[in-house]
Amino acid sequence: MHIPDGYLGPATSGVMYVVMLPIWAAASKIVKKTLKAKQVPLLAIAAAFSFVIMMFNVPIPGGTTGHAVGAVLAAILLGPWAACIAVTVALVVQALLFGDGGITAIGANCFNMAFVEVFAGYYLYKIISGSSSVISGRRVIAGFIAGYIALNIAALSAAIMFGIQPILHKTASGQSLYCPYGLNVAIPTMLGEHMLIFGWVEAIITALVIKYLQKQDPSLLEAGEGVAL
Amino acid sequence: MKTITKLWIGIGILILLSPLGLILPEYFKAGDAWGEWGADAFKEMVGYIPQGLEKLSSLWKAPLPDYAFKGWEEKGLSSLSFSYIASAIIGILITVCVVLLIGKFLSKKK
Repeated sequence: MHIPDGYLGPATSGVMYVVMLPIWAAASKIVKKTLKAKQVPLLAIAAAFSFVIMMFNVPIPGGTTGHAVGAVLAAILLGPWAACIAVTVALVVQALLFGDGGITAIGANCFNMAFVEVFAGYYLYKIISGSSSVISGRRVIAGFIAGYIALNIAALSAAIMFGIQPILHKTASGQSLYCPYGLNVAIPTMLGEHMLIFGWVEAIITALVIKYLQKQDPSLLEAGEGVAL
Repeated sequence: MKTITKLWIGIGILILLSPLGLILPEYFKAGDAWGEWGADAFKEMVGYIPQGLEKLSSLWKAPLPDYAFKGWEEKGLSSLSFSYIASAIIGILITVCVVLLIGKFLSKKK
């Protein structure tokens, strides 16, 4: 889901930076009000987890690869705004140091994985959890479903960015300037593979860590509550 | 042991296992992620290399492209796995330092 340089035209990558700037600004403002000093290590762990889990490329035999993002877990543990910052840092380091995701596409990639997935995952988890206690099995299921759906929404968002390129940018001879695949290819492929395989990976890792923390230290599952808007 | 310490150990284990993200796709003959091909791949896929894509794709020279040391690409899976782990350690160290710094600026003392 790391869109490389060149797949998005300047219009899309520019707009995505412009969209992300106020989101990053709001995130810093809100995190400044809500993040306690003792939560900072957990923020670092969430970013590290997101970084390393994205390196676990899961194969579709004979086909492509994909991976989980860990963004839903970060959102559950820290709230969506802090999670947005954690995943953003991981994505920026991946782009600058490792060329995983383009420099021009940092806005777009952060929009998909550090904003769309984070917020979708956070609210899905909240809605499904309802008023259940943090140690209830319902929370594990909520994390599972939120992880699965949120990663797929992020994949859909990326697919739309890919898919609108042939509409936006074409040469006189009809060749695409950037991503040549339209919505009719990008959406079924991206969504299909994430629904089939990668979404389940996000679901399982989110649910497993929640389950582990319920046994180990349930207080960590309370901290992320009530820090949204 | 504190939970945070245990979680760091978990991250360490994930780092050591990370080459699975390299080895499994190789084993199952899975190629690049969709939409993350090199510019050259388009020649075969759509018959031409999109001009804008070709120009922008070489915009940034990452120091450790694809989590590998330069010149190690041909050295085989064990060398690649080693550089994958090294990349994970470097990347995570930097990520963690940046987040701790941001956290220091943003968090409340109490």
